[in-house]
Amino acid sequence: MDDMFIDFENVTVSYKDRSGNENIVLENVNLSIKKGEFICLLGPSGCGKSTLLNAAAGFEKVSKGIVKIDGKAVEKPSLKYITIFQNYGLFPWRTVIKNVELGLEKMKVPKEEREKTAMKNIELVGLSGSEHKHPAELSGGMKQRVSIARALAANPDVLFMDEPFGALDAITRMKLQDDILRICREENKTILFVTHDIEEAVYLADRIVILDNANRGIKSIVNINMSGDRDRTSDDFLAARDKVFDIFKMKHENRIEYYI
Amino acid sequence: MKKIFYVIISFSVLAAIWQLAVTVSGVNRALFPGPAETVAAFGELLTTGLKGSSSALNLWQHIGFSMYRFIIGYGLAIICGVAGGIALGIFSKAFAFVNPIIQLIRPIAPVAWLPFIVLIFGIGDIPAMVIIFIAGFFPILLSSVSAVNSIDNTYIKVASNFELTKWENVTKVIFPASFPQIMNSLRLALGTSWIFLVSGEMVGSQSGLGFLIMDAKNAVRMDALMAVIITIGVIGFILDYIIRSIERKVSKNYGIR
Repeated sequence: MDDMFIDFENVTVSYKDRSGNENIVLENVNLSIKKGEFICLLGPSGCGKSTLLNAAAGFEKVSKGIVKIDGKAVEKPSLKYITIFQNYGLFPWRTVIKNVELGLEKMKVPKEEREKTAMKNIELVGLSGSEHKHPAELSGGMKQRVSIARALAANPDVLFMDEPFGALDAITRMKLQDDILRICREENKTILFVTHDIEEAVYLADRIVILDNANRGIKSIVNINMSGDRDRTSDDFLAARDKVFDIFKMKHENRIEYYI
Repeated sequence: MKKIFYVIISFSVLAAIWQLAVTVSGVNRALFPGPAETVAAFGELLTTGLKGSSSALNLWQHIGFSMYRFIIGYGLAIICGVAGGIALGIFSKAFAFVNPIIQLIRPIAPVAWLPFIVLIFGIGDIPAMVIIFIAGFFPILLSSVSAVNSIDNTYIKVASNFELTKWENVTKVIFPASFPQIMNSLRLALGTSWIFLVSGEMVGSQSGLGFLIMDAKNAVRMDALMAVIITIGVIGFILDYIIRSIERKVSKNYGIR
């Protein structure tokens, strides 16, 4: 398991509800992710996929077990692993370029270099020319691009993406999916991506980790072996998508790992 | 431009109704002056000051004293209210202890403290400043606390993700994120503070617009009283206009509009 980069070992997350009852969201989850892999966590709402992501990102304490990134236990959020949220989390009082510079300020990068790196990343997400606008002047898709640029500017090893395209219209969403695949390949980032959209998962992932409520964790893992550029209308794509649909239709099944 | 037009029309109509009411009703002009008497009183106040007054100051100088007290009192209320509010917003446990005391003191009219304030500080600038401070401080403090508490949780997550220290968190996230709401409370507090300036000066000082009100009343100069009342209204109007344009500028910077 030496080449494993992110390791979930027997991760259990539970909350006490108001009456003091233990409410288990995730139980004994084991998952290993390789460096440079694109993993989608897929499942219905309330299945704990965001909880699993928050545990890895350091926003959520695990009750039992451990999450390791690069061999070190995750205890709190870090600049090396940046989360991208559905509602962007951009600072409205800062212009686009100042938002992107946030991580660089923290890393004490000198001003000129900060601007250069920020501009490079703004260009990478296709927003050149908008660098002096405020977030309120941008569309939802553009805002999410800014938040991706802000994350990339800090040069993190891992991107955690929590339903990042959930609030966007279908066409913008597909454009951003293409862009995130391209960026991920160019920059060689490890990505953990939460979604409830099956097609999105099939289009993006190297492996789809399917979670559900009944298992309080992983129901099955689907490997997607489509090399090169993916085509949403190809037979490969449809076959993989059907496989995932099948898994969701089978209720009350035992844990099975699927490989296609 | 259109706005100014509305303002002029509105004030002209008001003056006309006033004049009409005074003329038609045939009220004794010494008890309730018309526009003409008031304008004459303005002339007197602006040049020589009120005749037979215990103070030799003219209206400009009284305005100067009032503004000086107002700026100090309101300024201190902003500094203490915002700083304290942000601190209490961050340390919510401390706020749980302090809040009952605030809620106990807050409903007391600031003027009720005047006898104590005058006994402690004496007659002069300080009583008015303290009254203005009390009037402005609590609304600003409570609004700042609630502004900090209502900050979008995503900002806090982003701050911890980018490893901001506690202090960086305050200066780079918490303060700017709560600023629009704080700005709004500053405007409301400005109005209250200005209202209480008059009460503070009525009792606690020998100069300023509040003193002038008492002075005109004691001299039974209702025309001068009306002139001072109008002055107070106009300055309040101008102050509100100024802070409104600052607020608009802040909102624009935030893209809130």
